[in-house]
Amino acid sequence: MTATARPSGSASSRTGVPRTPDASLERAELGSARRRPAGHRFRTRVLTPYAMLAPAILLFLAFMAAPIVYTVVLSFQRVQVQGLGLGSGARKTVFAGFSNYVAALDAEFLASVGRVLLYGLILVPTMLGLALLFALLLDSKRSRATRFSRLVIFLPYAVPGVIASLLWGFLYLPAVSPFYFVTDALGLDAPTILSSDLIVFGLANIGLWGGVGFNMVVIYTSLKAVPSDIYEAARLDGCSEIQIALRIKVPIVFPALVMTGLFSLIATLQVFAEPTTLRPLTNALSTTWSPLMKVYRDAFTRDDLGAAAATSVIIAIVTLTMSFVFLRIVQKRAFGQED
Amino acid sequence: MHSIKRGIAATVAVAALALTGCSAGGGGSDGPVELDFWAWAPNVDKVVEIWNEQNPDIQVTVQKQDGGDPVITKLLTALKAGSGAPDLIQAEYQKIPTLVSSDALADISGDLDSDVADEFADGLWSSVTLGSDAVYAVPQDSGPMMFYYREDVFEELGLEVPTTWDEYAEVAAAVHASDPSRYLGTFSANDAGWFAGLAQQAGASWWSIDGDAWGVDIDESPTQQVAEYWGGLVEQGVIDNKPMYTPEWNAGLNDGSQVGWLSAVWAPGVLSGNAADTAGLWRAAPMPQWDADAPATGAWGGSSTAVTTQTEHQAAAAEFATWLNTDPEAVAAMADVMGIYPAATDAAAEALTTSPEFFSSQEDFYDVAAEAADSIAPFTYGPNVNVTFSAYNDEFSKAAEAKTTSAFLDAVAAMQQITVDDLENTGFTVE
Repeated sequence: MTATARPSGSASSRTGVPRTPDASLERAELGSARRRPAGHRFRTRVLTPYAMLAPAILLFLAFMAAPIVYTVVLSFQRVQVQGLGLGSGARKTVFAGFSNYVAALDAEFLASVGRVLLYGLILVPTMLGLALLFALLLDSKRSRATRFSRLVIFLPYAVPGVIASLLWGFLYLPAVSPFYFVTDALGLDAPTILSSDLIVFGLANIGLWGGVGFNMVVIYTSLKAVPSDIYEAARLDGCSEIQIALRIKVPIVFPALVMTGLFSLIATLQVFAEPTTLRPLTNALSTTWSPLMKVYRDAFTRDDLGAAAATSVIIAIVTLTMSFVFLRIVQKRAFGQED
Repeated sequence: MHSIKRGIAATVAVAALALTGCSAGGGGSDGPVELDFWAWAPNVDKVVEIWNEQNPDIQVTVQKQDGGDPVITKLLTALKAGSGAPDLIQAEYQKIPTLVSSDALADISGDLDSDVADEFADGLWSSVTLGSDAVYAVPQDSGPMMFYYREDVFEELGLEVPTTWDEYAEVAAAVHASDPSRYLGTFSANDAGWFAGLAQQAGASWWSIDGDAWGVDIDESPTQQVAEYWGGLVEQGVIDNKPMYTPEWNAGLNDGSQVGWLSAVWAPGVLSGNAADTAGLWRAAPMPQWDADAPATGAWGGSSTAVTTQTEHQAAAAEFATWLNTDPEAVAAMADVMGIYPAATDAAAEALTTSPEFFSSQEDFYDVAAEAADSIAPFTYGPNVNVTFSAYNDEFSKAAEAKTTSAFLDAVAAMQQITVDDLENTGFTVE
């Protein structure tokens, strides 16, 4: 979608755009030069863009850059206590070097990364597969009530993760769940989802329920951007609808799939709300089930901000690196023909 | 043009009024002292109303909190931020060492009359002084543990109320045998305070102060004994292994699949909220004993009223905390509308004459409670209770899933290790 628009757009910015403002500026200078001194004009020209950018820059510094810098500072600090540690002045903050980082990479953290990777491995392919399937179905010529279906598939995305987890938590608890009520009535032995073996599927299911709709809309939108003459040509050549879907539509939406895949991957690494909400309901989730839960526990249960900050920095660096490498590899393949 | 100017002038005037209004509300030199009180006990605001009517000079505002853990997190965060902390806070006893160690609680010994200490049992008073000359809080309520059971189910099955843990195990087996969906209770890996209370009864004290060093005594025989006992019951399957306070557990209390609950004196409030259909069917009894000749009781919950170090009105805050927890009218109101068991011994005995509504069929409810409160075993909390309690959640979750006695004992050993490691890493002296 953006790919087709880019070459022409960038060409015009390289050639056409700079010329026009220059010309208009020259005209404006001729008109205003008689009244205003040159220095004032220069100042206005240089300062105006900065003045206009200032709110955005200030907000970015205050709410993005400053917290990140502060987190990095905290990650090199730790609390040092003397003796019994009671009363005022018993604890002080000292420089910790890299000790928080060394301590952060413990077995607990690595285990939580492993669990989240498994979670992502279950969730992301299933979610993108279903999203692609729904998008193709909605885009096919014979589908009916597409607007209604699209809304219904998208609707769970509008439910906040915590609420979704509570809803599903009730459905997973045998004593209060209609699912188990039905399976009991039928005499079936339904598996306990809130057990240590199956909990990861239960969590992936919540993510799936909430995520399919959003990804479906992204893929569906890029399908809608495809000019219909391609399909007509394919039909003239004797393509069936399934062949059109597999050989034309899927390759065309591949860049969109890459994008949604990347976003989903980052989201799974940061899973927090779902396991945190389900944790009080079951013995199967520890307080360090996901990396971010460990950060939360260190910061707010153990009151160890240094460890929490160091783990956060590690997670941020890993996420950034993964996104960057992943994007570079896939970009070469997906957008290769355009460069 | 004129109307725009007038509009701007009006806006500025309103903004100025709003600003001055705000700063006057902050409690300057004129007007009443305004105190913020973070508390989670239900209906505490109704008791505070009595104070506000009688004391126009010191007005207290209750800000309702989610519970004992979140409120500590919020307080410590506000203290680090340098502002936003309240003047007064409801603090559970086990949180006091942590808060004192974080310099969150003011020493109010200078603001209290010397006879305040006499109102409370020695064990409770020592947990607000940490055995020092300082006073970090005024005890509010205590949570002696008691055993609650469904009298109708016990009658139906012809069971006697267990007085020892051996009998409890037999009754648990009999209840489960009568119907596989029925349990006498559950081992909850989510409630570290509950397990600490059970260990306290068996004679454990998880921390100790020895001169200038902390001792950690979790992995010792009393706690091991309790873990082994419950691990055995879970392994046999006669006790449920699901956490308390879940929708499932609530449903179980209500529909009779949870036939008993080892809880504390505040249980009637929880039961009437979660299992309203069973009113009048429950009865309270003392905890089962390890040694019937030497009865002991653990405590689960119980909290105090503390003054934070960020307050600008320490004397006024201490005055309110004293009134709330010792004044006969306030104590009676706490017992009545809040449904808690006040810590002030004499005032409580005077106030608590009729049983809670949910237990109206049991006339001696508060006699049982008073007996339990009298036999609470001593227990010392340490400065990293939060670490130990979260270790309990994680380690006993694994054990309850594994359903083996050995896993329960491993969990106790892991709690000890995690607690000691944390103290040493932070720099505490550990013996």
